[in-house]
Amino acid sequence: MKTRCASCVTATRFLRDGVIPKPRASSIATRGLAHTITTFLLITMAPALCSLAQNLPMFRWENFTTANGLPDNHVFCVLVDDKRIWAGTENGLGLYEHGAWKTYRPSDGLGHQAVLSLAADRRTGDVWAGTMGGLSRISAGRIDTFTQLNSGLSNDIVYGVGVQGDFVWTATAAGASRFNVRTGQWDLFNATNTPMYEIWTYAVSPAEDKVYYAVWGGGVLEYDVKTERWKDYNDPDGETEMVLMKDQGLIHEITTSVSYVDKILWVATYFGASRYDGRYWHNFLAKDSGLPSNFLNQVKAVAANRAWFSTDKGLAYFDGANWAVYRPALDTHRPEMWVRDEQGKITTIPVQTAPAHNYILGVDFQGDDIWVATAKGLSHGIRQGSTERQPALPKNTPARKK
Amino acid sequence: MRKGMANSAAQRVGGIAVVSFFVSFFVLGIAARPAAKRAAAGRENYLSPIEMVLSLDGGLLYVVCESSDEVRVVDTQSGKVVATVPVGRVPRGIAASSDGSVLYVTDSWSDNVSVIDATKNKVVQTLPAGFEPTGVVVDQPGTTLYVANRLSNDVSVIDLKTGREIKRLLAGRGASYLASSPDGKWIYCTHIYPNPAAFRTPPVSEITVIDVLRQIVVERKLLHNVAGVFHVAVSPDGKLGAAAQLRPKNLVPLAHVEHGWVFGDSLTLFGQDVGEPVQIPIDELDRYYALPWGVAITPDKSKIFLSAAGSENVTVIDVADLLRSVKARPRPFVNDLSASADYVMARIGVGHNPRGILLSHDGKRLYVANRLDDNISVIDTASDKVVSTIDLGGPKNIDAVRRGERLFFTADFAFQGQFGCSNCHIDATIDGLQWDLEPDGFGRDIVDNRSLENLAGTEPFKWNGGNPDMPTECGPRTEKFFFRSQSFTQQQVTDLVTFVYSLPYRPNRYRLPNGELTPAQERGKSIFERTLAKNGTPIPETNQCAYCHSGPKFTNQRQIDVGTGKPTDRSPVIDVPQLPDVAYSAPYLHDGSARSLEEIWTVFNPKDTHGVTNDLTKDELNDLIEYLKTL
Repeated sequence: MKTRCASCVTATRFLRDGVIPKPRASSIATRGLAHTITTFLLITMAPALCSLAQNLPMFRWENFTTANGLPDNHVFCVLVDDKRIWAGTENGLGLYEHGAWKTYRPSDGLGHQAVLSLAADRRTGDVWAGTMGGLSRISAGRIDTFTQLNSGLSNDIVYGVGVQGDFVWTATAAGASRFNVRTGQWDLFNATNTPMYEIWTYAVSPAEDKVYYAVWGGGVLEYDVKTERWKDYNDPDGETEMVLMKDQGLIHEITTSVSYVDKILWVATYFGASRYDGRYWHNFLAKDSGLPSNFLNQVKAVAANRAWFSTDKGLAYFDGANWAVYRPALDTHRPEMWVRDEQGKITTIPVQTAPAHNYILGVDFQGDDIWVATAKGLSHGIRQGSTERQPALPKNTPARKK
Repeated sequence: MRKGMANSAAQRVGGIAVVSFFVSFFVLGIAARPAAKRAAAGRENYLSPIEMVLSLDGGLLYVVCESSDEVRVVDTQSGKVVATVPVGRVPRGIAASSDGSVLYVTDSWSDNVSVIDATKNKVVQTLPAGFEPTGVVVDQPGTTLYVANRLSNDVSVIDLKTGREIKRLLAGRGASYLASSPDGKWIYCTHIYPNPAAFRTPPVSEITVIDVLRQIVVERKLLHNVAGVFHVAVSPDGKLGAAAQLRPKNLVPLAHVEHGWVFGDSLTLFGQDVGEPVQIPIDELDRYYALPWGVAITPDKSKIFLSAAGSENVTVIDVADLLRSVKARPRPFVNDLSASADYVMARIGVGHNPRGILLSHDGKRLYVANRLDDNISVIDTASDKVVSTIDLGGPKNIDAVRRGERLFFTADFAFQGQFGCSNCHIDATIDGLQWDLEPDGFGRDIVDNRSLENLAGTEPFKWNGGNPDMPTECGPRTEKFFFRSQSFTQQQVTDLVTFVYSLPYRPNRYRLPNGELTPAQERGKSIFERTLAKNGTPIPETNQCAYCHSGPKFTNQRQIDVGTGKPTDRSPVIDVPQLPDVAYSAPYLHDGSARSLEEIWTVFNPKDTHGVTNDLTKDELNDLIEYLKTL
């Protein structure tokens, strides 16, 4: 395994030890006079602001912390399951339902209190949780856990999980695993049977035709469902942290997330993001895009040209031309939204609320709303107005309970 | 039982017969061998009726015959068989479409569902299902079929328009029986095995509740201290559900049968009428009604009928009295056997091994499938008397296998009729439990339940190899040690042995249809047969997998210390178990401490004494397990 840079180590420490990078989380809302003035300005200026915002989505953010029932403020992942919200935290799996939180821990059968990844089997209603102690299936309240000791799972550290038909794919610290829920058979994929030269798989995005893996330090792996063959995508600049040949391949080998939607592959790395349409690569860097940082924990595409990016400096949305960033300001920690248009012009949008923290680890969608896992709580972005020309969220996501 | 009732069952219990252990041992040891050979030579083709449905007008009774692979159609007026419909192997469940024109029969050993055109009495289609499909219900619109799969522990959801199995829902272990709520909104699934759990913890089973509209599992009603749940029924008003079940006492020594129940026979009630699910006893203080199986609730909700597969009778429960008792008694009261006197109205004697029971549409008749008599008892539900018996036309000669099967399934030989062989070997399989059998102190010499499939050639028996042959295992050990009551005669032991030896392997679902192995299975076979460790060091012959697990049954029939003994075991020397169909018999090792095949080596083989496995990668261990599943 190669030597990792300082920023990589920081992120890894967060996942491993729960050490959170500064700055502190912002407070949810400012009260008193300032609050009143801001509200007035927002109401009166909303149409103009929306115009400035290139019709990018605006949200009112409600944040959940341990103060209102979240199991832990370190939230690794979030999953919207119809009207239920699952939050994978460092100290248990939280389920938000009917306005209250319920927590699952190892005493309930969960593999480990640290829940790193979540996936729903939309057909069966089961939820799969990748933990630091195995893979857990939550099915109507019953939890069964598969570990490297009691099953064919390759490793107990399950960074990523995804469901594709009867298969549950996992990204673990020792390669990829595929579990057939019908037969109980496990297939392992690693350096022995794929081009995976680094076995620390970090995320998986399964679809009907392809399954993509983000391999931390090993680029991206593609599994063709039809041919059952693997192919790797790597940074043409090698393992350096320089970008000598932008848009000629994957932006970096240290990949953290993949998202495959509408036959388009999106990749998040600690050194920028990539988009691949099967022929051409396009890379995004903070210096020439609206990304607030090159340090990405997740990318989640909603369409061929639209995606959400979870970075260490805020949540970013790209609509194919324009960018929006949502976060507590890095200096003042006050709620902030800024927009970068196609020409590179940046506009700051006054907002009243922001996600709980600028260190974002993942998102999921509920109708027009968005749920955001952060290092200091779980945030619910409640969509304000309908000024979008296009939906910022994927079709067919379950509607939020009104 | 309520005061004044004739206790016919109690009268059947004789005193403890005194038969010489030594005479039995030697004589039966000689007698059993020829019996096994006779069984192999050929046997009567019995029917074994197990489940039923009625036509819409009640004029035809469709009877699933498990042993003859067919459905027999009976005219309920004449009591005559009017048609026979061949279906797949070992059919176990049946359901009718709401208009009665289509029947669905689960073929448990073919892993499919036979679709019968009821107007032609002909199979017109087969639908795919999971491993060992058993219970089946069709939704009210007739668009979706639900099938409980006993070996894959799930429920198949089958689109009847396309004939495709669209998904499987996770159920409990041994998913077997289904019932729909009267409004069609919910389906309840029960299971013959408890859910997997930590070693030496009380068993927990579940009633799985499926939301029919969303086609997902929405609830699991936990049944604590329950292992073995059979039929489930819901009252026509949807407010009362009842599931037949066993409550085993497997964590304390079984040998003290005379001091208290080994199994409690009970019902779990659920629904609006009772609030939180409540377990109620069916047994009496000095008499047990073993293996509660089929459940039916009358249309007016006045009575619950419950067949006792091990006691050859049907229990009648007064629902009003039952609900009063449930309300009045502090919970739990399932271990208070005096409670049954509150609500049990009658015990109606029927045939051997009564299984499925079915009420006529007007509730005036109850049909009881006497599985080991090849007939149907018809009970008048007003008088609670058997008014007729429908002969399904099976062989009249009762051969040794069938005589042995009756002995296997009856509880009549045990003290107070508490249990029979099939209490632990449910449907002649396992029960998923680990038992504290010996009277050697609590928690000592724990043993896992072993499979009974194709046992000839796997002697000796018991995990310590202490019983040299099957007559010893079935005879003195069972009758004296377990049952503490009547002894078998020489002929009975011979018959019982003949039946046990007649049990075949069930189909193995992990082998390819062409008999070849998958690449993973091939790699696993190489590991199983290897003689060298990965570093080239020779593996001592006695530590090679294929040394102990050799021969056609994958056992060398010896007793060996492979390091899996526990401090609580009398001896670390363990009988080498046979391996065929090992995939279905979790948990593993002699005491059931390994919850999965993987744990045999990842947890319980630290010093490479149970084969050399610590040099294997995870991939290779997975390959080995894939191979073992094919055996």
